Amino acid sequence: MSGPLLASRALAAYYGDFQALFGIDLELGEGERIAIIGANGAGKSTFLASLAGALAAKTGEIHFDGARIDGRDAASVARLGIALVPEGRRLFPSLTVEENLRMGRFAGRPGPWTLARVYDLFPVLREKRRAPAPSLSGGQQQMAAIGRALMANPRVLMCDEVSLGLAPAVVRAIYGALPLISADGIAVILVEQDVELARKSTDRVYCFTHGRISLSGRSAELTKDAISHAYFGV
Amino acid sequence: MTYTVRRATQASKLAAAAGALLLVAFATLPWWSSSRDFMQLVVEFVCILTIAQMWNLLAGYGGLISIGQQAFIGIGGYTLVVLVNNLGVEPFLAVLLGGAFTAVLALPTALVVFRLRGAYFAIGTWVVAEVYRLFVANLAFLGGGSGQSLIGLAAIPVDLRQIATYETAIALAVVAIFGVFLLLRSPLGFALTAIRDSEVAAESQGIDVWRTRLAIYVIASGVTGLAGSLYFLSALRISPDAAFGMNWIPLLFFTVVIGGIGTVEGPILGTLLYFVLRQTFSGFGTWYLIALGALSIAIMLFAPTGLWGLVQRTTKLRLFPIQSIVNLNSVNPSGEL
Amino acid sequence: MNWVDTIVQGILLGGLFALFAMGLAVIYGVMRLINIAHGDFVVLGAYLMLSIALTAHLSPFAAAAIVVVLFAVLGYVLQRTILDRALGGDLLAPLVVTYGLSVIIENGLQQAYSADSHSLQIGALETASVHFGPIAVGIMPLLVFGVALAVAVGLELLFNATPLGMAFRATSDDRATARLMGVRDFQLYGYAAAISLGVTALASFFMGVKYTFTPTLGPSFLLYAFEAIVIGGMGSFWGTFTGAVILGVAQTIGFAIDPGWGILTGHLVFLAVLVVRPQGLFPKVVA
Repeated sequence: MSGPLLASRALAAYYGDFQALFGIDLELGEGERIAIIGANGAGKSTFLASLAGALAAKTGEIHFDGARIDGRDAASVARLGIALVPEGRRLFPSLTVEENLRMGRFAGRPGPWTLARVYDLFPVLREKRRAPAPSLSGGQQQMAAIGRALMANPRVLMCDEVSLGLAPAVVRAIYGALPLISADGIAVILVEQDVELARKSTDRVYCFTHGRISLSGRSAELTKDAISHAYFGV
Repeated sequence: MTYTVRRATQASKLAAAAGALLLVAFATLPWWSSSRDFMQLVVEFVCILTIAQMWNLLAGYGGLISIGQQAFIGIGGYTLVVLVNNLGVEPFLAVLLGGAFTAVLALPTALVVFRLRGAYFAIGTWVVAEVYRLFVANLAFLGGGSGQSLIGLAAIPVDLRQIATYETAIALAVVAIFGVFLLLRSPLGFALTAIRDSEVAAESQGIDVWRTRLAIYVIASGVTGLAGSLYFLSALRISPDAAFGMNWIPLLFFTVVIGGIGTVEGPILGTLLYFVLRQTFSGFGTWYLIALGALSIAIMLFAPTGLWGLVQRTTKLRLFPIQSIVNLNSVNPSGEL
Repeated sequence: MNWVDTIVQGILLGGLFALFAMGLAVIYGVMRLINIAHGDFVVLGAYLMLSIALTAHLSPFAAAAIVVVLFAVLGYVLQRTILDRALGGDLLAPLVVTYGLSVIIENGLQQAYSADSHSLQIGALETASVHFGPIAVGIMPLLVFGVALAVAVGLELLFNATPLGMAFRATSDDRATARLMGVRDFQLYGYAAAISLGVTALASFFMGVKYTFTPTLGPSFLLYAFEAIVIGGMGSFWGTFTGAVILGVAQTIGFAIDPGWGILTGHLVFLAVLVVRPQGLFPKVVA
């Protein structure tokens, strides 16, 4: 396939009168893993929400698999194969762990990811399958949220701050799952606060500052200095 | 940098002048008009406008959407009847006492219904109104289910009674309109608006949300009771259905929501519209009510700020300015303040 | 007063109240919408059954079946056209819109049928009774209770053991995230409204058989439904069912003491629960 799998062109986004994103040009290739880093309020989550179709007030273009999708709503984007693991996990509190995972199926896409496979990836979830979602620890909830998104058999998986508030060991366990996800050809966008983690786990990095891209490049090539400069806008 | 703060707008100054003129005209009406029917209509108008303004205060500013304010209309009315018929109290004092007693009862009522929130609060207030209605309907000395007449007024000459009722209504109108306006510009009013905009932010500024809401509920309900007392003073007859009936609710929805909720001008416009429509179309019975229902739905879905909201959006008119307007007077030539 | 007889009658009355309440519980559970016109739909259903039975020369049972289907469709359409637009914002819109609906239905019925009272006639079955020892229990009240029980079981199963029910619960928890899963929430709400109104049509039938109804009876049914839900506790249909039974017993005991106090007793029990335990007697525990 020519061209990127997912791309935004001149994407701007608004919350009422407040403009959160100013002309974002970003590309994600098939099977690629990219990271979006930046300070709080830089617009990273807003960007993912826009891609997912959850933010209506936007201008510019979003292309997926050769077609424009910026006019579509969230449910429709999910069904196309773009899955978002939202900031704060957002598991359904009235549902058990297994039911939460099953909710991922509503996107209706066929593929290799099944309940069994998710349980293999995160065995602790199998133990807790019948527990109410809120009874899980933060790390377990994060695994469940990722598992839920995987159940949709997406082509693009977007993770918003999965390491937030979690112990390093737990973060390692979660990031350790990434190779398995990529092995299926699923492209991944990671929004991360932890810059080193972002750099080590991805092919390319974008840095957002005040709603604009201040730096982009191959993870291996970017220097710490360049990143700090872009991150803090200094 | 110097600046001036003003609170009035051009339009509001004009409106104030026009309002003063209207007030004089209406207050002196009994002496230059012989239409006692019109006077009765004005009394009814004032009562409904007052109740509408109070509901607007609760729902539009306080965020308390109650569909049970008829409880207080009824309490006000029945208090008046008991005071006049059974205790021989002077009628116009009785009206004031009706309001006061209603405010007293509003306090424990609030403590019960405040345990609910949102839609549950709304229906809870309705149940409470029903409880009051059924209670009163079961008490024989209050006239039971068929109610009673204000025989205690029989001794007063008709003309005097009518004029006195009318002037009381004019006084109430001033309180209802001007009083609400002043309240909204007071610290309590600002606390209300802050809570309406963001409860969390208001609390972080030290506003006691619960207390503020309680205060507004008691005040609004008390004044509603006052209006109820006056209403039944004019009607001369009361019954549980007339006092506590559900018919009050669509009236409030119509006058406040269609007029424009959350503004002082809205309920005035809405009540005017309601009376105009009623006088013109009431002959059509149920079709008229169906049309009102449909209109309420349409306004709520397509113009939720009501008619006055539409006016405000297009003309930026503020007859009752609640906000302050800051005018910057000067900036240094170099651009520094 | 014969206590046992009164309580049994109260429990059976609770069955009818449970049917009133189930439809409201579905719509509130999924969409957080209190449909003020709910009681009026109960009355509307009964009038429709009356008309269909008369004009098509059908038995009221057949007419009831037709109206159940009709109401399900009506629910879906109403939700997608009007009610959806009222949702999502503040509280006032759904209240005013459903109140407007209530006014339209009540006055429309008055226009079409006048204020005379009517009833659904099902012949001897209406007064047939069965004896359990010294107590006579009507067949119809037993049937109502049984149907209400079946509906409660059915709804619990639907919500807890089917994908649709899971989607209902998830969307009611977090609509935005449900959308991220690909759930078409507007369509889902339509289904919930269809179920709500379909169940309500069942209530229409039994109400129409038991009572002589007039166009203005709706609001009182709404109140009973609402009180049942609050007394029982939000979040479970069993809670609603139990709340309805408690309400039925309270009202019946009140009536037996003094006819003027029947409904009032129910209201007072509701208020008491509100003051002492506002989350209801059997709320579903959600962490």
